[in-house]
Amino acid sequence: MIKRFLAIIALLGAAAVLLPFVLNLPTEEALPELASKYIENAPGELGAANLVTSIIVTYRGLDTLGEVAVLFAATAAVGLLLKRTGNEVGVSHWKSSEILKSGGGFLFPLIILYGVYIFLHGHLTPGGGFQGGVVIATGFLLLLLSGSVDSFNHTVMSLVESLSGFAYVAVALAGLIWAAGFLDPRFLPQGDFGRLFSAGAIPVIYSLIGLKVGAELLGILDAMRCKVRREGVTA
Amino acid sequence: MNIFIVIILGVLMLAAAGTALYMKSLSAAVIAAGAVSLLASVLYLLLAAPDVAMTEAAIGSALTTVVFLYALSRMRGTKKEDPRD
Repeated sequence: MIKRFLAIIALLGAAAVLLPFVLNLPTEEALPELASKYIENAPGELGAANLVTSIIVTYRGLDTLGEVAVLFAATAAVGLLLKRTGNEVGVSHWKSSEILKSGGGFLFPLIILYGVYIFLHGHLTPGGGFQGGVVIATGFLLLLLSGSVDSFNHTVMSLVESLSGFAYVAVALAGLIWAAGFLDPRFLPQGDFGRLFSAGAIPVIYSLIGLKVGAELLGILDAMRCKVRREGVTA
Repeated sequence: MNIFIVIILGVLMLAAAGTALYMKSLSAAVIAAGAVSLLASVLYLLLAAPDVAMTEAAIGSALTTVVFLYALSRMRGTKKEDPRD
């Protein structure tokens, strides 16, 4: 009882501290200087119709590289903690019906197509490598849940993941050599504004990020699922 | 009109979050937490941030929910003397 009372007191105190900031929230009349510079210069400099993408991939490209590295570290940690021990193969404790299997198999290529569309058109429409990669991972997850596939080829998964990560850094270094700097996508021709093959290397970079993110998230899901299955067998 | 939809979405999000906190069954709580993410992604779409909305819908409501459910079933597998199972 006294604990709950103290919690309410602490909540009220926090609200009293934060209330002046909410009441005096400044309303900006114009965009900040940096944002208006981005809006003025980005379409002409980079040729990408989606402004968010040109900021994420180019102006803040180093941050994106850092995010990919953080995701890789998280995946590696999950894989290390839920390491396969080798005695978990082949036994499933439920059996899925034929309708579920066929439905999953029918939806799978459509979801993959949608994910590929999202990251290939990252420079034209909302979305990009991260979103497309997650959609691809959910497509494979549907195959797992519907029971049409028992396990994925880990060699192919780690190969896709490490090769696309390597190629991402290689493209970034190519920008350093043939364009203005690290992660500069302008070493490829800029093309017509709004076409699929335009905006320099931005579609290439986003495709690589999409493949890498998809493989990494699928690795996390697969590691957790294997553990489930092993516990189910031993229990 | 738009502000009413935003308010309704916010109230629904609070309700879903409260459900997630006070639900007895853990898997229902995980589903309710996923619903919070789904409503948040609709809110982001209304606030003209489609990129963030896509990320929130795909990661927050799909992948995170599944990862939590997998972790939950793993916990049930190890705790054999749980009376609820």
